[in-house]
Amino acid sequence: MGLELYLDMLSQPCRAVSIFAKKNGIPFKLCTTEVFKGQHPSKEFFQINSLRRVPTLKDGDFILTESSAILIYLSSKYQTADHWYPSDLRARARVHEYLGWHADCIRGTFGVPLWTQVMAPLIGVHVPEEKVQRNKTFMDLALQQLEEKFLGDRAFVAGQQVSLADLMALEELLQPVAVGCDLFEGRPRLAAWRERVEAFLGSDLLQETRGPILNILEQAVNKKVPTPPPEVHPCMLLRISRIP
Amino acid sequence: MKQEVPERGVLGLGWRRLKGTGSGPRAQAAYRPRFRAWRLWLVGVPNVCLKMVLELYLDLLSASCRAVYIFARKNSIPFDFQFVDLLKGHHHSKEYIEINPMKKLPSLKDGKFILSESVAILFYLCRKYSTPSHWYPPDLHTRARVDEFMAWQHTAIQLPMSKILWVKMLIPMITGEEVPAEKTEQTLLEVKNNMQLFEEKFLQDKMFITGDHISLADLVALVEMMQPMGSKYNVFLNSSRIAEWRMRVELAIGSGLFWEAHDRLMKLAEWDCSTLDPMVKEKICKLLQKFR
Repeated sequence: MGLELYLDMLSQPCRAVSIFAKKNGIPFKLCTTEVFKGQHPSKEFFQINSLRRVPTLKDGDFILTESSAILIYLSSKYQTADHWYPSDLRARARVHEYLGWHADCIRGTFGVPLWTQVMAPLIGVHVPEEKVQRNKTFMDLALQQLEEKFLGDRAFVAGQQVSLADLMALEELLQPVAVGCDLFEGRPRLAAWRERVEAFLGSDLLQETRGPILNILEQAVNKKVPTPPPEVHPCMLLRISRIP
Repeated sequence: MKQEVPERGVLGLGWRRLKGTGSGPRAQAAYRPRFRAWRLWLVGVPNVCLKMVLELYLDLLSASCRAVYIFARKNSIPFDFQFVDLLKGHHHSKEYIEINPMKKLPSLKDGKFILSESVAILFYLCRKYSTPSHWYPPDLHTRARVDEFMAWQHTAIQLPMSKILWVKMLIPMITGEEVPAEKTEQTLLEVKNNMQLFEEKFLQDKMFITGDHISLADLVALVEMMQPMGSKYNVFLNSSRIAEWRMRVELAIGSGLFWEAHDRLMKLAEWDCSTLDPMVKEKICKLLQKFR
């Protein structure tokens, strides 16, 4: 029984894990878990993952959640190139420094536009404009800190080479872009960084992974996004209520 | 043991080096015997070299700072305790912004190398000072479990625990306004649910999160779960398994060190908030919109 990855490509951390595994030729079985089609809180998935989250890794009997933990696990187990998770003490510390800040300031913030523009309307919820504006302010602040503190005059977010940090950051930033918020406009340093990372990863891999998220807005406009079944409404409502 | 945190001197005049006297954390933690300074003076080494000792910028009111402090002390890592008083808004000072432009604690300064984020700092200290392996076990699966907890805890434990302190005490204290009961109830419920998840997913029937020995995950978990105690709210009452784990972690750390680190938090209710800088108060009020 080989490595299994439970992923939903609409999810930023899932894309980061998928891109990493494919870029490094790590063989795995993709178990597509489409959260809003009701596949997520199913009994089978619950048995695998009591936290009911994606991404989830299953390696034999070993089950692991949290994208950063999964990325570190894969890089260690499959001995990927050093730059992803550098062995140097200080270089590695920079990756962890980014991941800590990312958990507080990026996660939960950059996913909001998809919720306000696509997911909430699907279940008839309207997110107040005040919250939308507040989220824009938080995103602006985070982008400023990303540019000044983490990128600075470096090529990549945690150093001079691509690392797990860049992967996590980029897929999060792509989420609002997919629903029409062009965060990179007016931010040439950030745009240049994005180009560098994407050039390294390769456009084919990215297109393949980002297909669903890049199509979501068009689908929503054409009313082609399936309505989430009632059993997922409670967790959707909970997520929406958490938007500050 | 009563913790006296010595004053650092007015920040505007720069950092003043205090002699290692008294019982404060600085004196205990600063393993820089005076004789060494004397020897260096004799050989004409400039004072700047004395700054090569590790510096940790901390306020033990913050759970993240307590984790770093306890870990460094427990492992006898020599460091200079640089007190950055959150209640006086010193994290917004020009001097501290040079250390950490994001104005957050804790920060580590090792020579010219400056590092923020408590988890990154803990991993750095572990490796640099070759602490016993149970803190961050090298086994692939065990380590992954620690990494998993460290990622999960940001939003699942740290944030809601800190929120309880804000809604139950700090917001009413600083702004003079009570938080709507509904918001408070929501926060308490979130904490209750997440404590349950912690027990089912991370602790289970084990002594500690990784098994038989304490690790960084237990340390971080516990200091964060202590945060509501600042407002006299005890999250350990609902589960005997968690209460027993709490005691085990305290004992593994050492009760003396544990309670010394938590002294400032436990005395928070006595804080005279009229001393809060008005500019800082304004910043806090803006921040608090998130919690209302």
